[in-house]
Amino acid sequence: MRKQLWLFSVVLAFALIAAACGGDSDDDTTTTTAAAGDSTETTAAATETTAATETTAVPAVDTNVGLVYDIGGRGDQSFNDSAAAGLDKATAELGITPSEASANNDGSNREELLNLQADESDLVFGIGFLFGDPMLAAATASPDVNFGIVDGFIEGAPENVAMLLFAEEQGSFLVGVAAAMKSEAGHVGFIGGVNMELIQKFEAGFVAGVHAVDDAIVIDRQYITEPPDFDGFNDPASGKVIAQSMFEGGADVVYHAAGGSGNGLFQAAKEYSDANGTKVWAIGVDSDQYLTAGDDVKDYILTSMLKRVDVSVYNTIKEQADGMFAGGVKIFDLSVDGVGYSVTGGFIDDIVADLDDWKAKIVSGEVVVPSTP
Amino acid sequence: MGKKLFYVLAAPLVAVGVALFISSIVLLFAGANPLSAYQNMWEFGTRLETLIETLNRATPLYLSGIAVAIGFRMNLFNIGIEGQYVLAAIIAAKVGAEINLPPILHVTVIIVVAMIVGAFWSGLAGFLKVTRNVHEVISTIMLNAIAVSGIVSYLLSIWDVPDASLDTALKEIPESGWMPSLNGFVEIFTRDIKRVELWGFILVAAAVGVAYHVLINRTRVGYDLRASGENAPAAEASGTDPKKMIMAAMLLGGAVAGLVGLPELLGDAHEYNLRFTRGLGFAGIAVALLGRNHAVGIAIGAFVFGWLDRASGVLEVRGDAPREIVAIMQGVIILAAVIAYAVVERKRREDEAAAAAAATAQVLAERQAAKEQGGAS
Repeated sequence: MRKQLWLFSVVLAFALIAAACGGDSDDDTTTTTAAAGDSTETTAAATETTAATETTAVPAVDTNVGLVYDIGGRGDQSFNDSAAAGLDKATAELGITPSEASANNDGSNREELLNLQADESDLVFGIGFLFGDPMLAAATASPDVNFGIVDGFIEGAPENVAMLLFAEEQGSFLVGVAAAMKSEAGHVGFIGGVNMELIQKFEAGFVAGVHAVDDAIVIDRQYITEPPDFDGFNDPASGKVIAQSMFEGGADVVYHAAGGSGNGLFQAAKEYSDANGTKVWAIGVDSDQYLTAGDDVKDYILTSMLKRVDVSVYNTIKEQADGMFAGGVKIFDLSVDGVGYSVTGGFIDDIVADLDDWKAKIVSGEVVVPSTP
Repeated sequence: MGKKLFYVLAAPLVAVGVALFISSIVLLFAGANPLSAYQNMWEFGTRLETLIETLNRATPLYLSGIAVAIGFRMNLFNIGIEGQYVLAAIIAAKVGAEINLPPILHVTVIIVVAMIVGAFWSGLAGFLKVTRNVHEVISTIMLNAIAVSGIVSYLLSIWDVPDASLDTALKEIPESGWMPSLNGFVEIFTRDIKRVELWGFILVAAAVGVAYHVLINRTRVGYDLRASGENAPAAEASGTDPKKMIMAAMLLGGAVAGLVGLPELLGDAHEYNLRFTRGLGFAGIAVALLGRNHAVGIAIGAFVFGWLDRASGVLEVRGDAPREIVAIMQGVIILAAVIAYAVVERKRREDEAAAAAAATAQVLAERQAAKEQGGAS
C-alpha cells in the first residue's frame, strides 16, 4: 500500500509538470516564443516605440496599459488573442507601454492581477465577463486608474470603468443567413462551447438568421459542456465528435461558438468532405479563422463571425492616450462594425449583396435580432 | 531527538532546493533571468497584501489537504474532495441565501449544511467500498463527474438569478451569513491593509487542523484509523472493524471537504457563481503529500503552494517569465519531496527494523525462558 502511495505521488507530480508543460505547448508559438523572447520582446517593443516616435507624430504621452487575460492567456486562437491583437496594434501605433498577465489555472487571482496592473498602469483591461466583480472591487479601490472590461456589464460600475459589449447575435444572424443560403441539404448545425448566456447569444442570432431565409431549415444545436465545466472552450476532440454526428445526420453547414474546440469542427468538415466527396462547410467565430486555422482545413471555412475585441481594446487605448477616456457601456454592434462576417477565401462572394441587405435592415432597426434562444 | 528533527526537516528543505535549481534551469531556457525573477517574486511576495492573499489561498488548500490526509491515514485515496466541496458549496450557498438568521447562527447553519453534504457525498464512496468492495479511487472519480458536470450544472441552471450581466449566479447570501474579515485584528500589529481582506474562515481552518491532530493522535478512533491504515489484518485481529473505520474515514474526510469552498464563499463572493474556484480538491492531494499528512506539515505545504501561486502574478506583469513556471515549481517540489521522503523514510525504517529485530529477539528469548520454566514446574 505504501508503495502504491509512492507511485501515486510520482504520477501526480508528473501530471502536474505535464499539465504545466502542456499549457505551454498548446500555445507553442505564442507562450513559448513570448517566454523565449521575453527580454527581446520588450526591447523590440521599446525600439518600435522609439522608431514610431521618430517617424510619425505619435502622441508623446507615456501611457502604461495593463491587460489581464482570462484563463488560457495569449495563444487561444480566439478571444484572448483578439484582445492581444488590439494591444499589439496600440503598442506599435500609439507608443504605449504594454504589460500582460493571465489568470491562474483556477481563475482565483483575477482581482489580485487587476490590482497589480493598476499599481503600474494608467489603463487596465480585464478580458472576459468573469472579471466583473473583481473589476468592480479593483476600480473602486483605484479611482485614479481607468479600467476596461470586455463582455462585462457591471451593475453600479464607477465612472472609471468602460464596459465593452458586443452584439454577437447580430453577427451570428448574418452568418446564419450565409449558412441558410449555402446549405443544399436544408439542414445546418450550431456547436456551442459552454451552455451559458454569452454563448446563447450566438445561438439565438444564428437560428434567427437561418430562419429569416427559410423557416423550414432544420437546425441541430449542441453545447459541448454545461457550466461550471468550461472545458467546452478547449476540447477539439469533443467538438469534432459533435460535428461529425451533425454532418452524418445530414447537416452541411455548421457554425461554432466554442473557442479552441472549433478546430475539431474544421477537422471534421475536411474529413467528412474527403470521405464522401460532397463538400460540407464550417463557419468560424471571433476572428477570421480562414487566416488562423491550418492550411489543410481553411478551405472548408465558409466565413467567420467577426467579433472585434481587438478594435474595442485598441479604441479604448487610443481614447486613453488622447486623454478622451470615458467610462460606461459601449456597444460594438453592426452599425459600428464591432461585429460582422469575413469574406476571406471568396466562398460567399456571390451572396455578399444579400448579407449587406440584411445588415442594413438590422442597422436601421427594421430587423431586431433576439439575443436569447 | 536531534536525529528525528533532521528526518523531519531534511526532506522538505531538499525538495525546495531541488525545485529552485530545476526552475532556474527552466527559466534560463526560457530566456529569463532567474535571479531577477526570484527577486521580483520575493519583493512582491513579502508585501503585507500578498501575504494576506497567500493566507486566503492557503486556507482552502489546507482544508482540502486535511480532508485528503484523513483518508490517507487509513490508506484510502479519497480523490473525491473536488466533487464533495463543489457540491457542498453550491448547496450551502443556496441554503444560506434562502434563510435569514442572526449572524453567528446563520454562518453556523451554512457550515453545518456544507459538512453534511460533503460527508454524504464522500459517504457514498465509503458505502460502495464497504458493501460492494468498489475501489474508492474509481467511485470518487465517478462521483466527482456526477457532482460537478451533473448535479452542480443542473442546480446552476435552475437556481440562476437572471440579471443584466452575463454571469450565472445564485442569489446572494444576506450579510448575516458573511464571515467577517480579520483585517482589524491584523492591523493591530501591522500597517493598514490596502484592498485585500483576510478571510475570517482561517480561524475555522485552524480549528479543523487542531481537531484533526487531536483526533488522529489522541483518541481511540484516531488510533484505530491509524492502526487499520498501517496494518489492517492486525487491527482487525485486535477488534477493530475495518468497515466501520472505512466509513468513519470517508465521512470525516467528506465533512472537512465540505468546508473547502466556504472561505471564498463566506469571505468574499457571498454567492455561488461561475467564478467559484474549482480544482482545490486535487491541489489538496499535493498539499497533503507535501505535508506528510501531518497537521502542521499540511499547513506549511498549503502556505508554500499558496505563496507560489500568489507571488507569481508579478512575474508576468513585470515581463520576467510566464506564470506556468510556478506550476513547474510546484510539480518539482512534490516530486523532489516524495523522493526525499522516500529516502529518509527508508533510512528511518531500517533503523526501526534493526531496533525491532533486537527487541523481538529479546522477547522471544524471554518467552522461551518462561516456557522452559513453566515446563519444568
